Amino acid sequence: MTERVDDQIRKLEDALARGAAGAKGAAGESATALASGEHTAAGAARRLSGRIAAEGLADVSYAPVDSPFGTLLLAATRRGLVRLAFPEEDVDSVLERLARAISPRIVEASAPLEPVRRELEQYFGGARQKFELPLDWKLVGPFERRVLRVTSEIPYGGVLSYAEVAADAGSPRGARAAGNALGSNPIPIVIPCHRVLRSGGALGGYGGGPERKRWLLQLEGALE
Amino acid sequence: MSKGLPPFQRFLDTHRDAVWRFLVYSVGAAEAEDCFQETFIAALRAYPRLRDESNLRAWVLTIAHRKALDAHRARARRALPVEDLAAVDARCTAAALPRDETLWTAVEELPARQRSAVVLRYVADLPHREIAAAIGCSEDAARRSLHEGLLKLRKVVSA
Repeated sequence: MTERVDDQIRKLEDALARGAAGAKGAAGESATALASGEHTAAGAARRLSGRIAAEGLADVSYAPVDSPFGTLLLAATRRGLVRLAFPEEDVDSVLERLARAISPRIVEASAPLEPVRRELEQYFGGARQKFELPLDWKLVGPFERRVLRVTSEIPYGGVLSYAEVAADAGSPRGARAAGNALGSNPIPIVIPCHRVLRSGGALGGYGGGPERKRWLLQLEGALE
Repeated sequence: MSKGLPPFQRFLDTHRDAVWRFLVYSVGAAEAEDCFQETFIAALRAYPRLRDESNLRAWVLTIAHRKALDAHRARARRALPVEDLAAVDARCTAAALPRDETLWTAVEELPARQRSAVVLRYVADLPHREIAAAIGCSEDAARRSLHEGLLKLRKVVSA
């Protein structure tokens, strides 16, 4: 026994580090580990998200969904759909804003968003004219809420002008304020702010871009 | 209201590998799954009330450390016959982990604090300061636990 304790310890540290390096490969997302679907951090995290959704432990659930516009991000609370983001919006900043405004208990899970996904799919396919899913208005201020509620009442295929929406919402600040309120719509498409046009019939602005506004109005038969 | 707390999903994405490795080496692959679920469910419940968001990794490993202690206690209570336990461990770890069986079996048999210190240092790559935070002791005490653990383990390697 001539080896010094320090040398033994150094040898041991090497062995520990080597063993741990093997574990890092195994715990990461190597192709074989993913294919087996068992005993990986990724697999465990997926099962965890499923359980959190099933037990209703998250304050906000979110999921990406396909659409003719590209991948939309949907987010819902226990009350209902709270946010719909267009593909250009940065997912991380959308989630960070939800964390600050509602709760940081935000988990990715598709099951809670499945009814929303189905209604959107029917809408884009021309098979649905009215959304029946519950909404959470938490991200909408009191004035904006009045404007967006009036907007929600505009039927499929119909349009109103900014001035008309402002008048119906009892807006003392007129068409421009109503336009700003529509621009802040956190749930576009479902709250149909695309159905509000300029008084002369010009398209006006749209958070998702004027081409998408035109596309939606053509889908609904409000535009040629 | 904490301002800088990331959305929980991002927190999970960032720390899941470190927690998973810590648990696989602390309790074995067979029980790591349950401990992992328990750790992050507990973290999710406490998450919005979290005051200090400066070291989320040490925080979640503290929870994992406690869940690993629970699992060891439960295992001791169940007192499985040695052959059964060996069979379960062999089945689950052989598939997932290439590792020096003798050495890591010896790690699992260390006293709780020494085991956590060794696993946090060599599997989760934590500095002494974070090991101390995770197991709830001073930095000096963490250093001592690590050293004592290594002294016990060295016989396994030199043998």
